[in-house]
This record gives sequence, structure tokens and C-alpha cells, in this order.
Amino acid sequence: MAHAYTPGLKVIPRILVHKTRRLPLKGKVTVEKGQQVDAEMVVATTDLPGNVVPVNLANMLNIDASEIVEILIKKPGDSIQEGDIIAETRGLFGLFKTKAHSPANGTLEAVSGITGQAIIREAPIPVSVQAYIEGKVTAIIPDEGVEISAAASFIQGIFGIGGERRGAIKVLTRDTKTPISEDMIDESCKGKVLVGGAFLSYKAFLKAQKAGATGIVVGGFNYRDIKKIVGYDIGVAITGQEDINTTLIITEGFGDIHMAQQTFDLLRSHEGRMASINGATQIRAGVIRPEIIIPIDDQDAIQEHKAELFGMEPGTVVRVIRAPYFGMLGEVTELPHELQRLESGSLARVAKVKLQEGGKEVLLPRANLEMIETK
Amino acid sequence: MKADAIKSILATDCGSTTTKAILIEKQGGEYRLVVRGEAPTTVEAPFEDVTRGVLNAAKEVEELRGRQILDGDKIITPQQGDKGVDIYISTSSAGGGLQMVVTGIVKAMSAESAERAALGAGAIVMDVLASNDGRLPHEKIQRIRHLRPDMILLSGGTDSGNIKGVVEMSELLKAANPKPRLGINYKLPVIYAGNQKANKEIEDNLSEETDLSIVPNLRPVLERENLGPARDKIHDLFMEHVMAQAPGYKELMAMCDAPIMPTPGAVGEIMQVIAKKENITVLGVDIGGATTDVFSVFKDPELGEPVFNRTVSANLGMSYSISNVLASAGLPNILRWVPFEIEEVDLRNRIGNKMIRPTTIPQSLDELKIEQAIAREALRLSFIQHREFAVGLKGVQKERTISDAFDQSSSGETLVNMMDLDILVGSGGVLSHAPRRHQSARMMIDAFLPEGVTQIAVDSIFMMPQLGVLASVHEKAATEVFNKDCLLRLGTCIAPVGSVKPGKEYMRLRCTLPDGKSIDKTYTLGDLELFEAPYEAIRAEIIPARGVDVGGGPGQSIKTEIYGGLVGIIVDARGRRPFVLPENAAERVAALQKWSKAVKEFEDR
Repeated sequence: MAHAYTPGLKVIPRILVHKTRRLPLKGKVTVEKGQQVDAEMVVATTDLPGNVVPVNLANMLNIDASEIVEILIKKPGDSIQEGDIIAETRGLFGLFKTKAHSPANGTLEAVSGITGQAIIREAPIPVSVQAYIEGKVTAIIPDEGVEISAAASFIQGIFGIGGERRGAIKVLTRDTKTPISEDMIDESCKGKVLVGGAFLSYKAFLKAQKAGATGIVVGGFNYRDIKKIVGYDIGVAITGQEDINTTLIITEGFGDIHMAQQTFDLLRSHEGRMASINGATQIRAGVIRPEIIIPIDDQDAIQEHKAELFGMEPGTVVRVIRAPYFGMLGEVTELPHELQRLESGSLARVAKVKLQEGGKEVLLPRANLEMIETK
Repeated sequence: MKADAIKSILATDCGSTTTKAILIEKQGGEYRLVVRGEAPTTVEAPFEDVTRGVLNAAKEVEELRGRQILDGDKIITPQQGDKGVDIYISTSSAGGGLQMVVTGIVKAMSAESAERAALGAGAIVMDVLASNDGRLPHEKIQRIRHLRPDMILLSGGTDSGNIKGVVEMSELLKAANPKPRLGINYKLPVIYAGNQKANKEIEDNLSEETDLSIVPNLRPVLERENLGPARDKIHDLFMEHVMAQAPGYKELMAMCDAPIMPTPGAVGEIMQVIAKKENITVLGVDIGGATTDVFSVFKDPELGEPVFNRTVSANLGMSYSISNVLASAGLPNILRWVPFEIEEVDLRNRIGNKMIRPTTIPQSLDELKIEQAIAREALRLSFIQHREFAVGLKGVQKERTISDAFDQSSSGETLVNMMDLDILVGSGGVLSHAPRRHQSARMMIDAFLPEGVTQIAVDSIFMMPQLGVLASVHEKAATEVFNKDCLLRLGTCIAPVGSVKPGKEYMRLRCTLPDGKSIDKTYTLGDLELFEAPYEAIRAEIIPARGVDVGGGPGQSIKTEIYGGLVGIIVDARGRRPFVLPENAAERVAALQKWSKAVKEFEDR
């Protein structure tokens, strides 16, 4: 029997989380292996090359490009201030000289005798990377970054917007089915990661944002409201760079969908604890899912988590990820070998699934099922 | 192994969503498709190894064929008795495909040629930079730094011309110091295919910061392109750098008996084979999860020779990019194809959910209809982009004055003339896997609006990419399988162009079907009808109304051969130029349902 490989989302109470914290360019690692770090601690720094300002000296001085090199006042490699003279024509008997001034501060990087172009590089832009999670430095990637490891509860969402944030968990709804309403949000939400059940309205999001919540984790959200938050259509699911203060993580999908019970239970069990969250999503190669990491204390009890590489089998707990039955959980009871005809008329490989709610057994395309990793 | 000795071939296509495997075997002296298997592509976590999906697809082939092909995680090659296959080959578009930035001096000349070279090689072109593109130098530098492509193609200048422009562009490139998309430990591949007099300066500027390759000029003189060397180099570097960085590709490359080809490059190969073999004009489309490619071979009226063009719409697709189809087309344009009432918020959420769960499939009929509505818009938008790009000279000597050459893009008419089109070929999941072929025919007709008399075909089970790469190693096998197992003839669409007053006669069709049934029927504007007929030549006379054209000119009747097929002959008298759908929602839904019924789109359901 062929295995059905359907990547699932992780909802894991105890796991040793490893986070690679890498610089965009090579730089300096500022911590040591074995060191305990706080989430806000800087672990690596670098300088991004400064912005480049090209200036065409030949055009400015109205001379042939090949003559530029001979009349340079500043040489490649020299530091330069805005207004400095870069080159100056010889003029007539030393008079009527024309000067080319630098439009920026920085370094004169290059001057071309073919194009007459000078490249001025502005000061480097410092960049630092924080630890993001409280834990221990378990590996150093020389000149590039570190790996931080921590015992934690680890939950993946399906889609998010907004980058890395931290805050204490505050559960707003009593169950997975209740939506987060505006009246649940008040000043006590400031600096918190809010957790709710099935749905968050746009107005409730705005209120939470105004109250200063650092993040919201919820079952569903309307797709059209994403545009209202970020100001543009998200056409492909590549996010994380949005300029918003409240990171939003959707655990199930778009619409009014109950949060999976174990996701809700796990988050509720950590009420009041600090969580590191990130809405960054990339549903393409090298997939990135939004995540919620809640460091826990009993590090000794944690076993190394091995990704479950075996596919769906009878007994596997799955979530239905497309209509009908969207959002429901169930257990695979059979994986028929033959292709089956769906209501749409398509032939597809299916699984027989016993739904948790109501206990009904239904045939569903395997492609519309997702495994849930809970161990 | 000699080509004649090859008894079996396993070929896979690693798409962004699904990995498709086909098994071809030699039976009684000819090559035939035997079975096909598929599995989700496993570039994503938790697997992050493309070979898992390949092995899963191969495992399905093994089960369906009932003989051993795999030995654990290895494909058995060559075939030993009843075990294994003689060769294994693959194409790939997973991992976002091949993403390139191209540069030139004049936007409508060298930059356009460079874009054509990159597209022809199967790349997604992220941006085209040119000296005269209206952006200031620092804006170009910022753009290059921001993009992080897999590769850059630098061109510009004729071989006898001035080197200043192209050297200037290389200076900007050097200043930007671009980084590759995948990995920070290797240098970005840059191909220089411009004025060969500037080779030394380009080398001085770029050989340290980038992995520079220099190939012959892709536009050595104004009137001629030479895209081959640049395309070949793109393929080489795609294998060496890009593929090698994606998860599991090193292993996949080791498994293959021929270089992995970018999927669109392979589909382009096979499209050109069709056009050349049958001496016809072809319009092909491959609609995938992330991108939609359009290919065409039309005669250049000035040259009198066929010209191949390919465009890729990087963010128009049916899964990863489905929300971008919504954003680009707008909700009303998608809704106009949905044959029932649906809440706007519900439709948007369904589309959003497909984007975030790209491997799911429609289970209910309504979900299928929504996906097919979106497909029509993805195809329509991709085709608009193709028409705008498929202009001017290509790859052949063309005598023209300097002023003509400068005008080639802005004033150049598109080569895509729908009235001249012989065959429209569809490929990709939503077209090849539609539950009924009638649905595929309707989607293509609605999106491309063929004019006059046009044959419609689909790739039976979406295997054109594999056959494209197979053609590079075993042309005979590729051609045989293509003709016998791949191309499914759906039928012919007859669509008059022009307008008449409502209720007035629009067109008349006279023919005798192979079963002896005589047709002599008059149509009014808005009619759509299907005659079932097999793939056989049928003599037909088509008489358009005054001012209406079916290929012979306004008001001129034509006598021609038309072909049936798996669907039959579709008379599309809904009008062209303009083609309009009712504005009122209830009227539109009624019209859509009437047309669906007329062509038996959902007949058995």
C-alpha cells in the first residue's frame, strides 16, 4: 500500500524546539555555545552594505567619460561628505572650472572611465538578530548565526500576517466555537497574545490592535479583511513582512471555523505564560508556517522530536481541510486502494474517515485531509 | 544504452503541487503509455525532500502496473527482467521554478530579446531592467537588491556597437551586489550575452562578486536574434546552481539519466514538435498551481515563417497563486462564470482557503464549478499577457530599417491571430483532470474565445512536460506516445466574429455527420450548440450573416473540413468582438446554465 503523505500542522505539548537565527549576510555572532539567552537578547550582528548613489560625472561635467579618471579630486576608496568635490575640470588657463559635488555621505566606491559613472556607497546599515525564544545556544554557525534550543509547547497555524512578537497568553473565549467579540477586548489585552475560538471580526482585530495586543491566535478570519489590515491584496501566501503591530495567526482557515480542540486546550493550559509568535507564512518551497512557541520548564523530560515521516494509516487522526466537513476532525478507518468517484465527478484516492463529531463515517479525498501531529 | 534497446521509461514532473509519474513501455515495436501515478510534491515540511514525492508517485505506478520498479528508495535502472526501467528522466517546476532578472539597453530591443531567451528557457522573469526603462540608476540598484533572483541575464548592444550602455548596467549590478534566492554561500550566477567587445569590462566588473558566464551576443545585429547559446547556458546553470539548492534535488539529479528540465521549457519543446510536424498554427496553455504558461506558434506575416513564443504568468495559477487570480481579475470577473448565486465573502474565503491548502481538490460539484470559473479568468489573463508579448521578429534573419527595428514592440502587431489558429491545446491539472472533457472544452473556449474554425485538444493526463524532456533523449518514443496517448482531440469550435441585431440570423451551418445525420441549421446571436461526432473529417459549409466573419472575410461563406472528437462540434454563436455576458446576475446565471446544458458540461451529475 502506498503511503498518503499529507503534511500536517504541529500541535505539540512538549518538544525540544530548535530555532536557527541567521543573519541575511555574513557578520558576527555575539553569544557562545551553551549560553542561556533571553528572547530579546541580540545573538548576531552585521552591517548591510549601505545604499548606493550613482552619479554620472561625465554628464555633470560635460566631458568625455575617458577623461574622468584624470580629473578626480577624490579617489576610489576615499570617504566623502555630501557637497565634497569629486572631480573638477581643468578649465581654461585655470579659470572657468566646473565641479562635480557629491550628493551623499559615504565612500567613493568606483569611477568608470567607460561610462563616466561614479558609485558612492553610503554608510553601512547595522542589522542585529535577537534570540526570539528563551533558551540555550546549542550551535554556532560561524559568521552567520546560532541555533537556539528550548523545551516548549509548539503550535503551528495555517496562515498569518505580521512578524515576530512576544506576549503573555490571554484566552478570551470559553471554547473553540465562540468568536472573539469586541466586548471581550479591553486595556488588559495590552502586550498580550490573545487566543480565541472560531472567528475574529475586522472590528475586533482593530480594537485589539488599538488596545496594544502583540498578537491574536484564532480559528478563522475573513479573507477580504486581510486586505483591510495590510492595505493590499495578498495574492500568494508569502507573509511576515507586514508593517503591523499585532501579529495575526489563523489556525484553521478563512471563514468562521472552530479552532481545533487540542490547539485550544494547549493554549489555554499556558494562560499567562510568555509566548513567542511569528505570523510569517510561506506556502511555497521551503514552507514556513506561522508559529506559537511557549517555553516550558521541565527540560529533562523532553525527548528529541522526530518528524513523523510515515504517511496516513488506519488510526491516524486527521483534520478535513476542504468543504464539505471543513474543519472537522476524524480518524482514518480505511484507505481504499481503488480510485473513487467524487460528487464533483473527479476520480480520486480516498480515505474512509470516522468523524469525531457525530461519529459518521464518510469517504473523503486523501488530498483534503491533513494529519495532526500531537506527539 | 542504444535508443532501440530501451524497453521502458519512467518520467516524472515535479510540479509545485503534485509530482506526476508516467511509465512508458515498448509494446510490439512501438512506445505506449502504460500507467500513470501521482503524489503530492514533498518540497514542503515535514519532508523537505523532492525525492519522497517522486518515489511515492513511482510507487503508485509500480502498484498499478503490478511489477517492481523500486528497490527501497532506489529506482531500478536499467531494467532487469521484469524489474525496473531502462531510463528515468524528470522535469521540475517545484521550488518556485527558475526565477530570473534580465537586463538590456533598449527596452524594446535587447531587453525584449533577453526576456524572450529567459522565457524560452523556462524561466519566470521577475523584472526587465533597461537603460531606457524610465527608472533612475539608484532605483534600478534598489530593485536588483530587493529581488534576489536565481540568475541574471545581462545583454545589450550589437557586436559592432558602443559598449557604454552595457558596461553601465554591469556597474549598477556590481554596486547592487545581488544575492541568490536560495542559500548565502554561493555566488549569484550571471550570464552575459551582450556586445562581445565589452567582454573584458564586464569580466572586470562582475567576475569577483558573481559567478559570471559569457556567451555569444543574443542580439549580435539589430535585425537578428541568436537566443540559443543564452538559453543553453540558462539550462546548465539551472541544473548546477538552482536545482542543487532546492531540498532533495541533488539526489534527484543523481537518479536521473538526463538533465532535469524546467517544466515550461519541456512543454515548449513538445508544442513546437506539434506545429512543425503538422505545419499548423498552435496555441497551447499549461495552467499549473503557481503559474500559467502560454505557448504559440504563429506565422509571422512579414517573414512568412512560423515563430515560437512563450510567456509565463508567474502569479496566475490554480492553487498557490489562486488568490492572485482573484486580485488580478477582480471578483465580478470571476463571479460572471459561476452558474449559481454565491455570497461574495463566502467566495473570497473559499479562494483564500485553496491558497493556504493548495493540494486540496474539489469534492462537491459547486466547488468544482467555482474552480473552473477561476480557471477561465486565469487563462484569460495569461492569454492577454501572451498576446501583448508575442510580437515582432524572432530567431531568424529579418530585413528591416533601423526605424522599423526601434518600433518593433510599440507598434508591432501581435502575431496571435485567432482567426488563423488551427488548434488550441490545453494542459495542466484543471484542464487535463476535469471530470468531463466537455468542461475542458468550455473553459478553453470561454477563456481564449477562438474565432472562425478551431480544433480543440487537451493533454490527456497532463504528460506534456515529461514528453518534452523525453524528446531530448528519445524522440521516437516521445512522438509515438504523444500521438497515441497524450493528445486528446476534443473537437472543433465554430465561432463567427461580428455582430447582428438581436433575433436576426447570425450564421448557418450545413454538413453531414459521419453517422449520416444531415445538419442544416441557422443560429441567432447568443446560441451555443454541440453536435456529437467522432474525430473524422467532415465537409462543412458555414454561411455567416452580412458583416460577420468565419474565416473567409465579412459575409463570406466558407467550405472547409471540420473534425469531431471526444466532445464533438461546438457552434459558438455567442459573438466575438465583442463577447458579452448578461450584466444582470439572474440573467447571467440562467444563460450560463443554458449553455452548460447545451454542451453537456455536467450531464451525468
